[in-house]
Amino acid sequence: MNRAIHVNGSDHELPDDPRVSLLDFLREQVGLTGTKKGCDHGQCGACTVIVNGMRINSCLSLAVLHEGDSVTTIEGLGTPEAPSPLQAAFLAFDGFQCGYCTPGQICSATAMLDEIALGWPSDASDDLESGIEISPEEIRERMSGNLCRCGAYANIVAAISDVAENGR
Amino acid sequence: MRSFDFQQPAGLAHASQLLGGRGAKGMAGGTNLTDLMKLQVEMPQTVVDLNRCGMATIDPTDDGGLRIGALATNTATANHARVRSGYPVLARAILAGATQQLRNKATTGGNLCQRTRCYYFTNVDQPCNKRKPGSGCGAINGIARLHAVLGTSDQCIATYPGDMAVALSALNAVVEISSGDSHSRSVPVRDFHLLPGDTPWRENVLESGEIITGVTLPSPVGARQIYRKVRERSSYAFAMVSVAAIVEMADGAISRADLAFGGLAHKPWHDPRLSDLLVGARPAVALFDKAADILLENAHGHGENDYKIPLARRTLVAVLAEATETEL
Amino acid sequence: MSAHLKQDKPVTSNRLDGMSQGVIGKPLSRIDGLAKVTGTARYAAEHQVENLANGVFATATITRGEVLSIDKACALAMPGVLAVVDDDRLTTRAAQGTAGEAPQQSPAAVCYWGQPIALVVAETFEQARDAAKRLVVEYRVDHDAPLDPATAEAEEQVDDTVNQGDLAHAMAGSAHSVDLRFETEGHASAAMEPHAAIAEWDGDRLTVYASLQMLNYNIAEIADALGIEEENVRLLSPYVGGGFGSKLGISQESVAAAIAAKAIGRPVRVVMSRQQVFQCVMRRSETAQRLRLASDRDGNLKGFGHEARVSNLPGETFAEPVLQSSHFLYGSENRALKLEVARIHRMTAGSVRAPGEAVGMPALEAAMDELAETCGIDPVEFRLRNIPDRNPEEDLPFSSNKLAECLKRGAEAFGWDSGPRSPCQTRDGEWWVGTGMASAARVHAVGEAKARVTLKPDGTAVVATDMTDIGTGTYTILAQIAGEMLGLTIDEVDVQLGDTHHPRGPGSGGSWGAASIGSAVYLACLELREKLAERAGTDEAKLVLKDGATADGKSLVDLLGGEPLSRTGHYEPGDVEDDYTVSGFGAFFAQVRVNRHTGETRVDRMLGAFGFGRVLNEKTARSQCLGGITWSIGMALTEALLFDPNDGHLVNCDLAEYHIPVHRDVPAVEVVMVEERDPVASPIQAKGIGELGLCGGAAAIANAIYNACGARLYHYPMTPDRVLSALPG
Repeated sequence: MNRAIHVNGSDHELPDDPRVSLLDFLREQVGLTGTKKGCDHGQCGACTVIVNGMRINSCLSLAVLHEGDSVTTIEGLGTPEAPSPLQAAFLAFDGFQCGYCTPGQICSATAMLDEIALGWPSDASDDLESGIEISPEEIRERMSGNLCRCGAYANIVAAISDVAENGR
Repeated sequence: MRSFDFQQPAGLAHASQLLGGRGAKGMAGGTNLTDLMKLQVEMPQTVVDLNRCGMATIDPTDDGGLRIGALATNTATANHARVRSGYPVLARAILAGATQQLRNKATTGGNLCQRTRCYYFTNVDQPCNKRKPGSGCGAINGIARLHAVLGTSDQCIATYPGDMAVALSALNAVVEISSGDSHSRSVPVRDFHLLPGDTPWRENVLESGEIITGVTLPSPVGARQIYRKVRERSSYAFAMVSVAAIVEMADGAISRADLAFGGLAHKPWHDPRLSDLLVGARPAVALFDKAADILLENAHGHGENDYKIPLARRTLVAVLAEATETEL
Repeated sequence: MSAHLKQDKPVTSNRLDGMSQGVIGKPLSRIDGLAKVTGTARYAAEHQVENLANGVFATATITRGEVLSIDKACALAMPGVLAVVDDDRLTTRAAQGTAGEAPQQSPAAVCYWGQPIALVVAETFEQARDAAKRLVVEYRVDHDAPLDPATAEAEEQVDDTVNQGDLAHAMAGSAHSVDLRFETEGHASAAMEPHAAIAEWDGDRLTVYASLQMLNYNIAEIADALGIEEENVRLLSPYVGGGFGSKLGISQESVAAAIAAKAIGRPVRVVMSRQQVFQCVMRRSETAQRLRLASDRDGNLKGFGHEARVSNLPGETFAEPVLQSSHFLYGSENRALKLEVARIHRMTAGSVRAPGEAVGMPALEAAMDELAETCGIDPVEFRLRNIPDRNPEEDLPFSSNKLAECLKRGAEAFGWDSGPRSPCQTRDGEWWVGTGMASAARVHAVGEAKARVTLKPDGTAVVATDMTDIGTGTYTILAQIAGEMLGLTIDEVDVQLGDTHHPRGPGSGGSWGAASIGSAVYLACLELREKLAERAGTDEAKLVLKDGATADGKSLVDLLGGEPLSRTGHYEPGDVEDDYTVSGFGAFFAQVRVNRHTGETRVDRMLGAFGFGRVLNEKTARSQCLGGITWSIGMALTEALLFDPNDGHLVNCDLAEYHIPVHRDVPAVEVVMVEERDPVASPIQAKGIGELGLCGGAAAIANAIYNACGARLYHYPMTPDRVLSALPG
């Protein structure tokens, strides 16, 4: 395929219309509706996907900017038959209610645990230069780009903490 | 979103040439421009993808400073070891802004060009002199909660919304601007953004065809560096007021005091009179109050944003007290 | 065959407690959960329909007036544009909950800024959005539309008016009194899934994939709006990405999609933008409230006055029921309550999670805190002294009232210090730290509900109803009820929701879903048990079903004998409602810190203790409480709709500037569930849960702010600027 985006391991041709966001490309053209459109303006995080290892808001990125990029969506993290550790933990800890923000929360949390492992600081870090001590406050700050209106935050933090402590 | 012609130049010269064309806009991370294009606040005829023009590296300079490429992401900058050790105010300001998802895309150059969050600017069915010259200002007699109290005009009371540039202003960083291969110039961050005056649509000094290529920081100083952001919720909100401070003490007196403010004006606000007052003086609450008096001498609010005047005072005093370890 | 119960009497049999499967009440994970965490659950806009066209609304840029003309030709000349629909049947406002008829139509008549006036349909979303934004519209403008709720003409809601005894006299003659005025700002539901619909016609038959809470009413609303028979409409909402009141009634997208789909002969999808959801679905009204409370020296209430002013569009029947729980929460013989609604031209005011108590309780409970302080009595104790034995206005008994127990158990679990209280006692660096508490109350309601339960020949069960699960846990609790009654694990119960081809339920809203539809499932199962008992040669009352078999080893498969067995349960509210006051009760406790320099407030920890009848699933019930408490934090600290004073448009119409709480705003939250069996509430002894958690919680935070730093505030949300302006000295 000439100009393509790799999504969950397979190639998909770029859209003809450069206006199409990566989010709409995933939902409409690739048919992966697990990634959600909550605000379409980078204000809710429901559209979070992982591009080349980095979590981004897919709504604020034109698909044509992603030629050759590797995109991982919620469908690429796990399936109902084989959920990822975070997917399983969200289920066990009831880290969701309506489920609409959930794929974004889980994609975000997946990347976030890597970021902590790499020692990236956050606004909640006391010290910019020493390693990051994982704590509920660190998780909350780092997950604050993912809104949940049902109010499942406390359970989401519990789910992520469990995976962080007990391995992935 | 309007239709546009999408261009992916392979180098700076070509990008600059394209950006000199009518209705052309450069796109780096796209977090701000895409947002505004969807609202038809921005309607570029040509979108020029700058991501293939290099400019993403962060390198030491010959005089001990640091050069941050225009396309370095906010994440890369905040995570950079030299930024964390030598310019913590910059790392802190970046980390206080937006979210990890946005910082992973947002770039140095794009963030400097970030446009206001004024509700009337982002709503194309409302008057806004910045967006549509001559249409009026909806905020002045409307809802001005986010708005400026310093350096406003009767045309516009919008604020510059970012955090990174406030720290860059305190650090007295310099913006490198290129207009292709032939020409480049340097502008201090403090002079990069403009006040609204009678031309609120002009937000910075960039001319058609010019591209920010990087930002240069002077060599680090061993001072206390603080970024304090006051916001309505504890994360993911724009500043009501923010203060970037680089303060050094020697022999019981203040030997350095570089301050910049967010949320107060159409640009990161820097008032050189504050350093003049503070440097050489012994820290004291009365001194901090005097600094606030000077800062806010010409401040005036528009109803909903009146609070920013006392809030800026209190935040400044608290930051100076923290930086100088003075009891309040 | 149907099993019918109209609840004219309390149901004290508590049959669910006598079953053997042991799944009821257990903290089981959601049966729809795997679909949600793996992104395979399909929401309204995501159903795969061939040949789909996309519609985007064009909205009014005037406050009041008339659309004179729309330049359709210009729009139709744009790439991909298929139609510009301005049909007179387009709905312009959201229907109120349980309306069951079309809301306001005729889009040419503009009543608020941002009202949908036409739908632009194109091949792609980008084409439709662009063309809709560029649609050229000519208006006739009516100037001077009333916009200010404080000055607009108002109507008294006479059903809410109470005048008992002599409040003025009580205020003047009592040892202690407070006379306080509160303001609360408007709120948005802000469900994460924007309102969306896909409409598809097959001849005269219409199918709508919708994001709606109450299909039983919504189908009637859509049919009425379109002028077609309900029998020709099918609604499908298997997953709904949150509602919080905003999807109780239909909004503009479902009817518009249906009209457009008919017009172009293709399925049409309409998804509102986030800005449109804010601008044209519905808002919770702002309120202005006055609280007059008087007590004797010992802290016994002698006077109780609560007045409120809210707003809505002309012609809307809904008035934010601010006083709902004030009518019965505390005793006092001298009472004056009054609610009035000002008529202004902002978008429709309607139900946003816990309409009424969400804003009435925070004002009442802040006033109670101030009176307790005036009396010098611990605020927990002050409330304990004022819990009435019976509803003080209607002289009715409470079906149950767990307020005292919630106050006591909550205080104990929180570690409440009942010693003398005064503000500004605890400092942690630059933060003042303090605690506060408040009571919780939320009236309980039930609605008519039908559900079919089928035992399949293989011994598994199917529960089918048009009831929705908007995140509340309906799928799971219905599996638990059926499983408990029929001796099945929840994996053996297939719950099918959100399809109007199934028996009709009440829908999700007003916290009534679980008790109502749960009772219908329970009734159907009781009948199935009758039949099974007959086949097993025993009485239903003696029939023990566990793990797919009777106690003496007869398997369900054998009892069914290769044939399915099906019953429909039909539950109806009855006269018992007239004999009791039925409500959920609870108590909130909060510890906050307030920055002494900037006025920023952060909640350190929060606890809620709630009594709401039988807990059907401990895990999802707790999650509902967590959700409510999270909303309490937003109400207390950050959420406010801001309206332009000149044209009434909502200025902060997005999720960047309307501040719902983020992760970092929400601390560790503890929930204490005070279980009980309320025989009046429903045949399964359960009450509503989903809203109680925000009915007063904001006051616990407000009272903690005062205890921390001495700032008494009377205006929610308590943003840093408001806290600073109220800081003493």
